[in-house]
Amino acid sequence: MGMTMVEKILARASGRPAVQAGDTVVAKVDMNILIDLMFTQWPDPLSIADAERTAVILDHAVPAPSVVDANAAVLAREFAARFGIERFFDVGRHGICHQVIAENALALPGQVLTCTDSHTCAGGAYNNAARGLGPVEIISILCTGETWYSVAPTIRYELTGAPAPGVTGKDVFLHLAGTWGDATNHTLEFGGPGLASLPMNDRRTIATQGAEVSADFSVFEFDEHCAAYLAEHGAPDSFTPAAPDPDAAYVATRTIDLGALVPYVARPGKVSENALPIPEIEDRAVQQCFIGSCANGQLEDLRIAAEILGGRQVARDVRLIVTPASQQVYRDAVRLGYVQALADAGAVVTNSTCGACFGYHMGVLGAGEVCLTSSTRNFRGRMGSPDAEIYMASTATVASSAVIGRITDPRKALG
Amino acid sequence: MSHTITGRTWVIGDSVDTDALYPGFAMRLPVPEAATHVLYDLRPGWSAQVRPGDILVAGRNFGIGSSRQVAALLRHLGITALVAEDFNSLFHRNAINHGLPAVTVPGVSNLVTEGDVITLDLEAGLLRNADTELAFSPVPPMMLEILDAGGLLPRLVAAGYLADPSGKG
Repeated sequence: MGMTMVEKILARASGRPAVQAGDTVVAKVDMNILIDLMFTQWPDPLSIADAERTAVILDHAVPAPSVVDANAAVLAREFAARFGIERFFDVGRHGICHQVIAENALALPGQVLTCTDSHTCAGGAYNNAARGLGPVEIISILCTGETWYSVAPTIRYELTGAPAPGVTGKDVFLHLAGTWGDATNHTLEFGGPGLASLPMNDRRTIATQGAEVSADFSVFEFDEHCAAYLAEHGAPDSFTPAAPDPDAAYVATRTIDLGALVPYVARPGKVSENALPIPEIEDRAVQQCFIGSCANGQLEDLRIAAEILGGRQVARDVRLIVTPASQQVYRDAVRLGYVQALADAGAVVTNSTCGACFGYHMGVLGAGEVCLTSSTRNFRGRMGSPDAEIYMASTATVASSAVIGRITDPRKALG
Repeated sequence: MSHTITGRTWVIGDSVDTDALYPGFAMRLPVPEAATHVLYDLRPGWSAQVRPGDILVAGRNFGIGSSRQVAALLRHLGITALVAEDFNSLFHRNAINHGLPAVTVPGVSNLVTEGDVITLDLEAGLLRNADTELAFSPVPPMMLEILDAGGLLPRLVAAGYLADPSGKG
């Protein structure tokens, strides 16, 4: 029987001729990422498997908003120095780990990447078997260089057509989550003739959000767009992409006609079976609009936001907070004038961090507030008070809504 | 550890996420203090009602969300096992790797009412509640080994990768 993409990657990493859903394998990890939060409860290792296959990225709490976080960063610096870890991204070179992984081509096609952050499935945009694992498992990989995987059944998404203006990767994902719901203990695979119409930033948004339907991996086919992106970001050419076999076994195959999609919005609480086409969403006033996170703090998101907000003003009763996904995105956005346009429109452009997205700092919500976010997660209590409501949509929808003060179809604002 | 666990149950619903189990604001707190906030909004006051030896029973998709070390908090409260219709796989691995048994038992929601005393046989794959039994897939030997060791960290100590936290190493 043929193999899916993830089955091929895990077969290669575990030195087996073939694996299939239901198998449990022990696989060598190509890149293991440690983030700042790990160092708050840090069992200091005496030896590590491979400094070359390890990166340390400070992202969740930077610059440190508390002494606990400052102390964790001290440990992270000491650890990186002691073991000679060259891929160490301290404040100034920092960013949300999935963006830093992309900018430095740390997730390569056909390989295995691990990190504690649950949105590590973002690396699937680059044909990589990336997923989030618990902190103690990441410590174990740090020490031994390998870990185990239970191979999950795969759902194949066949993409056709091309998205209309105002429709982006976030809408593709919200459509998927709203239509088919959770994929608990399943892997998502994306490909098909429509793939070429999805730029890499949209692929990464979709791959990132696989965690929100409880998937293990969310992996895209490799193509010339992926190859070009990786080359631009300094990837070595020593990788071997994984293509699915024609007779690979899927538990389901679903087609998404990208050309038929409209902007979507997820209602508060979850995205599974809770996202609707924007014309079906209730008319809702918002107090905070947030653009950012690993999913939608990419340079393209800041470009879209700056374009929509350029020459307009954020509504009087609304706060718009924009958090670039990395310091590099921030620098590029300054150079290209996006930060100026956003600030002039009344937005606050923050330093890059995971802060508001996980309710930790810089953008936490109070009781009774309504937020429209382009970040990763809309669980109750996610961004602060459990008595706040978090709607989720694309950057275009959030930026358009910030101008109007209510959840608004970006196609109207753009028109 | 014993592969047979008996305990009083708490029952929660479907898709209980990691923000409900371990809120963001608790992430900068030490484990004992963070543990007082488990299910802070869904079941206010729950952490004070839990007794050592209790078992937590959940519905579908238990633990969707982050890699927050919920298992460390639950173990601190004395929870000895997790049972669910199914688990988010990151959450499930996290529990096993912390030495907290977590078993998938389809149909458990219909069999267990909060406060029931149930027995789990991890090796045989059997859940018993009074006179009723429900079979589930036995815990694979590799996971039993991790549970027997008390989780991944004690194994790394034994293998010489980490210093012995007791100072005996």
